[in-house]
Amino acid sequence: MIIGEFFRGLFLMIWRVATDQPEAKADLLAVFPPSARPVISAVLTVSPIIGIFATLFALTTLLERKGLGRIQNRLGPNRVGPFGILQPVADGLKMLTKEDIIPRSADALVHFLAPVVLAVPTILAFAVLPYGRNLVPVDMDAGILFFFAVGASTELAIFMAGWSSRNKYSLLGAMRAIAQMISYEIPLIISSVSVIMIAGSLSPVEIIAQQGRYLAGGFVPHWFVLTPWGLAGFIMFLIASLAESNRSPFDIPEAESELIAGHLTEYSGFKYALFFMAEYFGMFAVSGLAVTLFLGGWHAPFEFLEIVPSYVWFFAKLMGLVCLFIWVRGTVPRLRVDQLLNFAWKFMLPLSLLNLVVAAVWHFTAAWEFPGAGLGRWLLGAVMIGVPYVWLGRALSGSKKITQRTYRFAD
Amino acid sequence: MQAAFAIIAALTLVSAIAAMSLRNLVHCALCLAVAFAGLAAMYLQLDAQFVGFAQVLVYIGAVAILVVFAILLTRSGQPVPHSVVSRSWIAGVAIAVLVFCVLTRVILSSSVSQRSLPAKPSPTVREIGNQLMTWYVLPLQVIGLLLTAATIGAVIIAMNERKSAGGDHRVTADQGHGHGHLAAPTGLNEGNATSIASETGSESPAHYPQPEREREVLAK
Repeated sequence: MIIGEFFRGLFLMIWRVATDQPEAKADLLAVFPPSARPVISAVLTVSPIIGIFATLFALTTLLERKGLGRIQNRLGPNRVGPFGILQPVADGLKMLTKEDIIPRSADALVHFLAPVVLAVPTILAFAVLPYGRNLVPVDMDAGILFFFAVGASTELAIFMAGWSSRNKYSLLGAMRAIAQMISYEIPLIISSVSVIMIAGSLSPVEIIAQQGRYLAGGFVPHWFVLTPWGLAGFIMFLIASLAESNRSPFDIPEAESELIAGHLTEYSGFKYALFFMAEYFGMFAVSGLAVTLFLGGWHAPFEFLEIVPSYVWFFAKLMGLVCLFIWVRGTVPRLRVDQLLNFAWKFMLPLSLLNLVVAAVWHFTAAWEFPGAGLGRWLLGAVMIGVPYVWLGRALSGSKKITQRTYRFAD
Repeated sequence: MQAAFAIIAALTLVSAIAAMSLRNLVHCALCLAVAFAGLAAMYLQLDAQFVGFAQVLVYIGAVAILVVFAILLTRSGQPVPHSVVSRSWIAGVAIAVLVFCVLTRVILSSSVSQRSLPAKPSPTVREIGNQLMTWYVLPLQVIGLLLTAATIGAVIIAMNERKSAGGDHRVTADQGHGHGHLAAPTGLNEGNATSIASETGSESPAHYPQPEREREVLAK
């Protein structure tokens, strides 16, 4: 009898999740005694997140290797399984069976703890993202703040990895990573503050609800990326999130050609796999936040497409951003440390602050009534952010004399 | 609820004690970060979401990093040979216990302890934002002004040092303190000097002190 109830609840849960209905877990939880319900509920929420994103991680590594291979005019992995699609399985088995090496002079405890301390906050960040119409693990009032708080605590883990290895490359890589992450965290947060200002809420659910309207007969979505401040904020958010997830062209912390692999140098086996996983999870999380803040979350691009289940749109947008990241990695060369930090402090920071002003102007011109007010508002915002962009870019690049480089040791 | 409180409190206390008594300074800094995290968990348990997240963001994300950087850039990471606990610790503990007893006695006998507890407020983040932007807007702006002034001051100090000493001064400072620790025993110290130090032509002076410092260390 109770087994029948259990399977009925399980089936109902899957059906309700698949069809965007609320209270998906209610019938399944009713089977269990009340004291066990919170724990069971948490397990039911957490395990799909970890399962889905781990699968997505495996798929993305394959997609990345295939995509990079295509960009670089080679084949990419094609030995394991048909078209190489079993390559992630082979990689995982290889990582599991490799020897776990700890350098003799390393600080063994901190060396062991660093990948764990890194993996926990990156997985925690998934807790506040709304994946579909009724699919949000924790609907928190201060969700965006939570996201940035757990994101900030990954920096210490990278420092722990770099310092405890007792390797000069590791330490230099960790210090570069921290300098870069601290610098780019500011434009990242400020560019999302403009969305928070307009939406008037720190809750991801509320921010998505505000982007749920459609204009022009259901063909133009009311996403924030389609406003001047939203477009500028989205581009700055993307650049800063590339830097936050240590991906090319901002991969100087683990630059293979200069630092071997930075803080990853002394890691092998499954600990290395954990770092690798945390990096990709961080990329998914920050892309998910970009989708939530600027691309309308789980809303469909056109009104008549809202019948497609909402989580399909969320993951389609997420994978679109991930493909963009892979494309950028395949085409843009790595920056130097000073270029990177100058770019963050002299270009991104002023522009993102200015973007706040543009968002404020957008907010206060909402009451304009004369004909053509919408277009006028849009153009005003675009000019306010576009002119400083051109001026600042010219001013920063004009002061440099670009001459032919002389290589002291290579000539 | 009681068990959760006990675990968090024990974690915070133990890591705070470890932060005071361990010999390796970096270990102390990491323990301090754990203590910060325990405090944040305590705030969250009291339903103070905003304070809890701000604690994580500011103390773990910024202050702990700053402490760690300061340790790495100023002194060698070698642990001190002698014990960090002073020999007169018994007297210190006795005085601390005495002060605690006196304070407890005073608080219990004062009228504060007779006051009834106020009704539990429900400070949502929205409420905090409204209060900051209306009633407390002047203190907020004063703090903002203070922090901006401090930032500008830091930038000016960093710029002046570079202009007057031409960079030489800092290199010697690195030799004295920072470099001793940064050079881990790998024996591969010349390899990456070329990649960064050899590019001339399109250099602009970095006002942010960090890359400058790293470059000088690398260049050796």
